[in-house]
Formats: sequence, structure tokens, C-alpha cells
Amino acid sequence: MSRSTIDLWVGIFVLMGCAAILFLALKVGNLSASSFAENYTVEANFSNIGGLKVRAPVKVAGVVVGRVSDIRYDNERFEAVVSLTLDSRYSFPRDTIGEILTSGLLGEQYVGLEPGGDERSLKAGDSLKITQSAVVLEKLIGQFLFNKAADAPQQ
Amino acid sequence: MANSGQEALVDLRQVRFAYGDREILSGIDLTVHRGQVVAIMGGSGCGKTTLLRLIGGQLKASAGTVQVAGQDIGGLNTAQLYALRRRMGMLFQFGALFTDMSVFDNVAFPLREHARLPDAMLRDLVLMKLQAVGLRGGHALMPSELSGGMARRVALARAIALDPMLIMYDEPFAGLDPISLGVVGQLIRRLNDALGAASIMVTHDVSESLSIVDYVYFVSDGRIVAKGTPDEIRASKDDFVHQFVNAEPDGPVPFHMKAAPIGEMLMGEVKR
Amino acid sequence: MIRKLGAMVIDGVWRLGFASRFLFLLLRYSGQSFLRLHLTLREIYFSGVLSLLIILVSGLFVGLVLGLQGYETLQRYGSSEALGVLVALSLTRELGPVVAGLLFASRAGSAVTAEIGLMKVTEQLKAMDMMAVNPIARVAAPRFWGGVISMPILAALFSAMGILGGWLIGVAFIGVDDGAFWSQMQAAVDIRYDILNGVIKSFVFGVAVSLIAVFEGYDCVPTAEGVSRAITRTVVSSALAILALDFVLTSFMFRG
Repeated sequence: MSRSTIDLWVGIFVLMGCAAILFLALKVGNLSASSFAENYTVEANFSNIGGLKVRAPVKVAGVVVGRVSDIRYDNERFEAVVSLTLDSRYSFPRDTIGEILTSGLLGEQYVGLEPGGDERSLKAGDSLKITQSAVVLEKLIGQFLFNKAADAPQQ
Repeated sequence: MANSGQEALVDLRQVRFAYGDREILSGIDLTVHRGQVVAIMGGSGCGKTTLLRLIGGQLKASAGTVQVAGQDIGGLNTAQLYALRRRMGMLFQFGALFTDMSVFDNVAFPLREHARLPDAMLRDLVLMKLQAVGLRGGHALMPSELSGGMARRVALARAIALDPMLIMYDEPFAGLDPISLGVVGQLIRRLNDALGAASIMVTHDVSESLSIVDYVYFVSDGRIVAKGTPDEIRASKDDFVHQFVNAEPDGPVPFHMKAAPIGEMLMGEVKR
Repeated sequence: MIRKLGAMVIDGVWRLGFASRFLFLLLRYSGQSFLRLHLTLREIYFSGVLSLLIILVSGLFVGLVLGLQGYETLQRYGSSEALGVLVALSLTRELGPVVAGLLFASRAGSAVTAEIGLMKVTEQLKAMDMMAVNPIARVAAPRFWGGVISMPILAALFSAMGILGGWLIGVAFIGVDDGAFWSQMQAAVDIRYDILNGVIKSFVFGVAVSLIAVFEGYDCVPTAEGVSRAITRTVVSSALAILALDFVLTSFMFRG
């Protein structure tokens, strides 16, 4: 086997490998997503984040505009502090509401943003003023039973 | 000792070697001078190949000194050992040619690894070495296409590629037909003289060796039992030498392996 | 019986120590492999390029089977559109590196062990040593790096072929929606989390398999039987190493 033939085949081999990795990255993965786009981070406090995880999407009107980048617990205010990394292409009013919603009936939880009406926009480091925590099933059931009990004597 | 005027290229003093608790060599004194062809002979398993390995630095002696070209080979580090080995050539028993390279590339291997030569010069050198062993015409063949004798000659060409000062042969005549035997024997002598080197042969072949060597050492049970020039050996009255040279089945090297007396064994079987 | 088991374990640990020291030697004498690149390129050819056929075909079949089985199960819950997700994640995270690694060990690893083992039997390694050429630098290290470089490439190709196979069965034959197949996949597969982790895994497997193959060949008993036993050990040890490392890496990488 002459050297030049070997070199040729090795070159083809390496090219095929790169092509495969490129294919995986572009067609299969979400490289086109905002992983490399410019972004800014804002914070939101929730009394209960439910099943929210880091890397969960942040959606507005159902469109992904960012990701949850960090979840911490604030021991002074006894709340969860969630860091949201948003695509710099989009700006939101200062009084945007952040809610923790569930995709589908039993799906993963994500952060939904409801834009408000303020003229001033959120900047990096800002905090969302109004938030709605995740719905916890036990509390929902408890509330349902409570309402039922409250209705019952009236009948 | 013959040629004492010439420098001693290889000098072994009181060399002992043990493998685990089995002592293979116990007190060997051996000297080889430049220009000499020396044969080390003995029965199978007596330690002759171990001697070669000690001289080549593949093994370290348990006691005594092994001096090659004035250096104690047991005390060298890897770099120094490799530097010394570049001046040595070794012919392994079945050639040990690199099977994935052609004959030409095999002989060119040491030259390519150790010398920076322009291609044309390398080619000339390789072909000259092959010419010296009579195989220039087969330079494009692969080792698998060679007969045993031819493979050994190519290995010899490879061993002398860097014009070594010491050439070692591990059973160079083993398994060869009479013609190849004669060819290899002649080559060993002629190459040694042409290079002004020293050659050490480990062999069983008495007739061929005695016709080409300058000095013979006989090894048995880890010691040197006889030594001398070929004439001295042929005329030797020593029992061991006599048995070896005349190929007698029984003598100092016994025919029967150690066992209980035969009467005992037979009686034991009858009792059962 | 117990004593034999104990002896086997002790032998295994001892060999592990040996192999680690060998890895150190390999790395130390790797300079030649890169200064004289053609040595390593030759080994990439023999380990990587010659494994292409088995990798591509196996990848395709694994993808086809994944697609079939996946569809069969998913459509029971009405989630057949998640087929792309199933195929892609299974392959990039696990099947790609692991199966490609096992195939590589069987084809290329055994070949390397056989080659080096036979060189040992015919005293070629000793001859090289006597010619003042370090056999680890000249014979072992290039084969090691050839394997390490080939493995990630082969794993990526395996995953890619598998996904194509899944697409072929799911979309072209069965009729899952093409757009849903790819879009759901793209939404679920993260380049850093899934693909990169798969690449890291295949690299680690490559190191393990190449080390085992080269070590077993270099360390074998220089007889015909010794070589054959060394080849068997290469394939078996590589398989066990891949599966064990896979568990370790997965637990690090994919913690909920």
C-alpha cells in the first residue's frame, strides 16, 4: 500500500467523520438555537418552582426566546431565584409577568412570559416584578376539596 | 588466546546469571578480540543464547562484568545502550525480518532510522549490502516469498547495514540445507574480515563452525568446559569435547535423563 | 473454586497496574508518532478506514431496528412523531459510542493485538530493540494513536447512519411525518449535552480499546497459543471496559 494511497483514504475518512459530526450538530441537534447568540440575563423570584429544571425553555406566545440558566434559593427572602437567559433580539417591558407553566398535561415545566405595557424594557440584571409560581398538584386538590366543602353547606 | 595483540571488544569476567532461583550461568570468562570469529558451542539449554543476550544488553548479569567496547553494558541507561547497539548487528535464529516490508525496506530500516541519507545514497548502500550477501536481485520481494536460507541472508544484510563492529549470530546454521549452510558460513567469515569486526556465533554445527572460526568456547551446565582454536579442539582429549565433536550419544552429557532405577519402576507396575 | 476466583481477581488487578504503566510508556514515547506522521496515518488507515464498512452497515441496521421497534411502541401512545427523538437520543448518547466501540474492538482491536503478538513471536520486536529502535515508539504508540483518533470518527458515523436508518424506516417506509421527525429531534437533542457527551464517550472508549489491544499484543506469551489467547482477551476486556466506562460516564454526564 503506497503512502499516497493511504494518505488519501485517511483524508477521506477524516472528512467523513467531520461531515458526520456536522450533520449531527446541525440537522440533529439544536445548533441553530440561541446557544451562541447574544443574550442577557434577568432574574425572577418564585415561591415554588415546582418541577422546573435548568435548561428549561423560556417561551413567549409559545416561542422559545431563552433558557433557564440557574436556579438558586434565597435564604433571606425564602424564595427561589431563577436566572433567565434571554436572546438579545427580543426585549420585554419592565412589568412582564413570569409564570411557570406545564407543556401538555404531564409534560415538562417551562417559564412563560406575559409581556406587560411598560415602555421601559428589561435590562440585564433586572428582576421580574410579578411572578406566578408553579401549580402544585397537592395544593390544587386541597383547594378543590376546600371549595367543595365551602359549597356543600350552602346547598 | 589468539590475537591478543588486538583490542578486546567483548570481555566477560566471572559472569553469573540466574533466572529466578535457577542458575543458568555460573562464572563465565570470555574474551573476543577485534577481527576474530568466535563460536560458542554446547548442548541445548546450556546457556549459550543467554550469553548472547547478556552481551547484547537484553539481559543484566546477576554478578560479574560484561564489557563491550570498553563499556560495562549492564550499567548503561537506555540512551547509552541504544548508542552502543547502533554499532552492533544481530542475526536472529529465523531472520526476524519485518514481514510487512519488502527485502529492500528491511535492509534500509536501520539506515533510515539512524542515518540521514539522501535517497539515492540510501538506495546504493542497501543494494550494496544485498549484493554482499548475493540477494541484490530479490530486493523487491516480500519476506513471505523467501526461502529460509534467503531470509537469513537478508537478515544478515540488515545486520551489517550500519557496518557494525560486533556481529552476533544466534544459531545461524539451524535448519539450512548444505548449500545454504556453506554460503552462510562463508559470508560470516568474509563479512567479518571485510568489516574488521568481531563475530560471535552461537551454534551446534561443529563441522561448519570449525572450518571458519578463530576460537571456540564450549559451554556446559553454565560453565566453560573447554576452549581453544579449531585445531586444539579437534585434538582435544577432554571427554565432553570429544563427545560433542564426534557426536557420541553417551558420555559426559548422559543419554538417560535422571530417573529411578528401571527395576524399581517395573516392580511397582507389577504390584498394581 | 473460590481460590481460583481470587487468583483471577488478583491477576486482573495486577494486569491493570501493568497496563497503566504501559499507558504511561506509550504517552512518553509518542513523539515519533506525530513527528513521523505517516506512521500514525498508516494505523488510522488500518484501524479506522478498514472498519468503515462494518460500522456503516451496522449503524444503518441498528437505526432501522430502532426505528421499527420505536415506532411500534410509540404509536401505541399516539406519540409516533417522537420517533426522531427516540432514535437520535438513543444513538448519540449511548448506542453510537458503545456499539461502535464494541465493533471497533472486535475488528480493529483484535487485528492490532494479532499483529503485535505475531511480531513478538517472530522476534521482530527484539530485532528492532537490538537495532536501537524503541519498539514501543515505533510499533505500539502509532497503533495506539491510530485507534484513539479513529474511534470518535467511527462513533459519529455510526450515529449518523443510525439516524438515517431510523428516518428511512420511519418516514420513508412507515410514513411518520418528515417535518415532525426532524423538528422534534432538533428540539430535543442538545449539541452540548447529548452530542458532545457522546463524542467524549467515544474518545474515552477509543483510549481504552486501543490501550488494551496494544498492551495485550505486546505482553502476550510468544507462542501461537499465546497470541490467540491475547486476542481473545483483547475482545473480552475491551467489551467489559466499554460497558463499565459507559456506566461511569453516563452517571456523571446524565444526572437528572
